[in-house]
Amino acid sequence: MAERAGEKTVRSNRTDDPVAAIELLKVTRSFGSRKVLHEIDLAILRGELFGLLGPSGSGKTTLVKLIAGLDAPSGGSVLLLGERMPNRRVLGRVGYMAQSDALYSELTGKQNLEFFASLYGLSGARRTERIASVMKLVDLTEHLNKPVSAYSGGMKRRLSLAVSLLHEPELLLLDEPTVGIDPVLRQSIWTELLSLRDKGITIVLTTHVMDEADRCDRIGLIREGRLTAVDSPEGLKRASGASTIEEAFIVLGGGTRA
Amino acid sequence: MRIRALALRIVRQFIRDRRTIALLFLAPLLVLTLMYFVFNGQSVKPDLATIGIPAEWHSKLEQAGAKIEPYSSLPEAEADLRKGKLSAILSTEGNRFSVRLEGSDPSESKSALLLIQQTLQSDIERDLTSSAWSAKLDISYEHGEGRLTSFDSFGPVLVGFFSFFFVFLLAGVAFLREKTTGTLERLMASPIRRFEVVFGYLAGFGVFTILQATLIAWFSIQALGLYMDGSFWLVLLTNLLLSLVALTLGTLLSTFAGSEFQIIQFIPLVIVPQVFFSGLFNLDAMNPWLQKLSYAMPLYYGADALRGIMLRGEDLPDIQIDIYALLAFSIAFIVLNMAALRKQRAF
Repeated sequence: MAERAGEKTVRSNRTDDPVAAIELLKVTRSFGSRKVLHEIDLAILRGELFGLLGPSGSGKTTLVKLIAGLDAPSGGSVLLLGERMPNRRVLGRVGYMAQSDALYSELTGKQNLEFFASLYGLSGARRTERIASVMKLVDLTEHLNKPVSAYSGGMKRRLSLAVSLLHEPELLLLDEPTVGIDPVLRQSIWTELLSLRDKGITIVLTTHVMDEADRCDRIGLIREGRLTAVDSPEGLKRASGASTIEEAFIVLGGGTRA
Repeated sequence: MRIRALALRIVRQFIRDRRTIALLFLAPLLVLTLMYFVFNGQSVKPDLATIGIPAEWHSKLEQAGAKIEPYSSLPEAEADLRKGKLSAILSTEGNRFSVRLEGSDPSESKSALLLIQQTLQSDIERDLTSSAWSAKLDISYEHGEGRLTSFDSFGPVLVGFFSFFFVFLLAGVAFLREKTTGTLERLMASPIRRFEVVFGYLAGFGVFTILQATLIAWFSIQALGLYMDGSFWLVLLTNLLLSLVALTLGTLLSTFAGSEFQIIQFIPLVIVPQVFFSGLFNLDAMNPWLQKLSYAMPLYYGADALRGIMLRGEDLPDIQIDIYALLAFSIAFIVLNMAALRKQRAF
């Protein structure tokens, strides 16, 4: 019953929907004989803040990498911003932040940003303006000329987010953006994400923190490589008769109530 | 108790890392085997060209361990001597008796001269009574005027080796770090093309390899006084190509390494065998079928060209095969690098 509710939402969004930012059609990924993702069908709308919720090892990162074009599905197809993947051009419209900060620690924050901006074809005055703008957004303007090796963990995370926002992507893919971050910083990152969403940017993030899932427009529950339910937080709670996402996750994920 | 725990942990780590175990046990065997073949092969036979020498001397020289090749004209023999095909020419000119040595390998020249002197000493003296020969051997050198030291002879190889070795290590570690810190993944998540990654690396490192190649060549020639008979620009070109091979090979192999430690492990497997085959040791003493292995080693071509330029004053046409070989290695490794990047991004 609950699963059907999830699938219904997915189906209604499919079939060449122009407002879909991401469409996954029967996406399967296996490493050797081990199947990590089982026939994932999912459509994520433009302007949506979509959360992939699942325990570690459930296949969240694999799914994000498939969407980002870093990995190819063993079966099925991925459509990104209306383009069938793999497609190199469409990567210029996507911002990606992995679990690791992926920064050059010998370089200053500014040098890092300059490098990544150039990869996306930003140059001259436009580049300078974008760097100033994203650094202001993540509140690192005064640390622009410090080497990244002197940054704190939270500052690195924010700089990493700034890098993924440089080229004003239409779609933001964030793998565990708030993992290992203190509550105050987490709050400020969420404020930023919500304001980006309000500007019309599609955001897909993975998390295993339940209260973060509550803030998403819709959530996809992943367990052992299967998408077990997709709905708004309210919808999931209603469908499972649970009062919290955590409970809903346990019910809908196929587990038993504690 | 804690010591035991620590020791146990190290043993367990080793057992997990199969490659390190294999290296620990097999690499020394590989290196020792190579050394066995290099130093324990057939003895070096000097190639002697003879012109107008009595036939009985031929057999005497051959018994003493020389390889005799009779030539009919001196210019013909001299041309082959210049190419390094011969160790020495033994000829008569009127009643004078002269030896012209190749000279670029001091130890080889020395052994050839010694062999001739010892074998023919009694004959020369005996003939002196009939005054058919002059008592004095007329000794001349094709290259180096007999002043070459051992360092002059293997110096060019070292010049090439150090360029190769350091660029290989540096490029390997730099590319590996790009992989382990996740920046490579971030790079590949941008619309960059795979060839742009490879060529960006070449250009960035290229700046420093040019500087390094120039510095090494300049220092060894000007400051250390390494014998130099050819063009400095050719030395630079060869060194640069050698660094290019090292750079592309280093980045390629780093895709098969999971840590800096595993990059270091490539040294006994990739670098050490190349040293043995680079010409630091005379390969003529090695088993002929093993000698052929040197054709698969980039350093062999680089060292061959550098020796040719610096010791024998060879020009571009003489070393072009080496240049082409180094270019071919670089291109092959670049293509493989681009293919290996598929591991990072599916297209």
